[in-house]
Amino acid sequence: MNCIESRSRMHAYLDRELDLPGTMAIEQHLAVCEACKASFDGLAALRSGIRRHAEYYAAPPALAHRIRAKIGTAPPVAPATMPARRPWLQFPQWLRVGAAVAAMGIASWIAAIQYASPGADQIVAEQIISSHARAVLGSRLVDVASSDQHTVKPWLSSKLDFSPSAFDLTGAGFPLLGGRVDYLDNRPVATLVYRHRQHVIDLFIWPDARSGRAPQPQSSSKNGYNLLHWADGGMVYWAISDLNPAELKTFSEAYAAAR
Amino acid sequence: MSHLDAAYDFARWLARDERNAEDVVQEACLRAFKSLDSFRGENGRAWLLAIVRNTYYTWFKRNQIYASSVPLDEESLSAASQEVADLERACGSLDQALHQQDVQRLVNDALKTLPEEFREVIVLRELEDLSYKEIAAIAGIPLGTVMSRLARARRLLLQHLRLVQRES
Repeated sequence: MNCIESRSRMHAYLDRELDLPGTMAIEQHLAVCEACKASFDGLAALRSGIRRHAEYYAAPPALAHRIRAKIGTAPPVAPATMPARRPWLQFPQWLRVGAAVAAMGIASWIAAIQYASPGADQIVAEQIISSHARAVLGSRLVDVASSDQHTVKPWLSSKLDFSPSAFDLTGAGFPLLGGRVDYLDNRPVATLVYRHRQHVIDLFIWPDARSGRAPQPQSSSKNGYNLLHWADGGMVYWAISDLNPAELKTFSEAYAAAR
Repeated sequence: MSHLDAAYDFARWLARDERNAEDVVQEACLRAFKSLDSFRGENGRAWLLAIVRNTYYTWFKRNQIYASSVPLDEESLSAASQEVADLERACGSLDQALHQQDVQRLVNDALKTLPEEFREVIVLRELEDLSYKEIAAIAGIPLGTVMSRLARARRLLLQHLRLVQRES
């Protein structure tokens, strides 16, 4: 890749819109071209400046209230995914819950179409698919090959600033093949590699302060891969495989049970 | 973040004014509610944002002005002139500029001064974290145009920030 091509793709690269070969080509170029690297750093600094400092205007509670009054007071059917019915109709309560939650209530008339927002999770999912595909297609499936958790765990701990739990789950049908270190979500993460019949399962683990409580595992599928992610004890877990969702679920339960 | 917050934030950045933003969002929500039947996709947030955008442009009758200010599209990305390269390099030191006390005002001002067609794509990309495909659907423009407008928007922002940096 030359500088003209690199510059024409730099924004798509910054926005993570390039495919895997495109990403690898520009990464190779940026590694050797100082001028392009400097431009890219400028763009990246601009991005983080905007994301950190630009105002995000939340809807004023009064607006939510007005819209609600216009549309009518009947609350729509709550979406199946809502954890519990909130007491929308108790006005003082409603006020106390605050703007954000109130806005959610108002927006719940689009409930049927409310979906898990793309954004952070989606970006992570894409990176996980890339990492997994790279590992499975290439030769580097594991950095440390061992089915012994007492080998894998210390090896990972020595490379990372946290210590992920590694278990061999042969008993449940998921033998541990080993581990490796990947880089995603802007940090090094632990990857445990398991096998189930002829399928490889990658389990990515990293600490995340934002995941305070343990939400239900969320499953998704993309590009023929099934993904399952959950949070537990300050760590986030992402499992990916070409196994079917039910078997992936079984895997996550086996892992959770071993903890 | 709820859809309503997303709608308001987007409208607020388009209109650059509280009152107008509230009016636009209220109207857009009513329209969305009425056309709920016609909703087919799975991305509710993008759908609502598209309605917000439509409402804004129809209400403020910006369509003509907007259409006439579009020729920038032809500005291809390969216009990677040395000047642009220098500019971006100079802004590698942007981090320093961003350590100023009034960073927040600086960034917000830079965004506010962007022409509408660039402001909307950058807000959708950076604040709403939408993909090119979603932005293309909301703004009714081809994917390539999303990319070229984002590139142009970022250059304008860097230019603006560099000017401010020089003055200070």
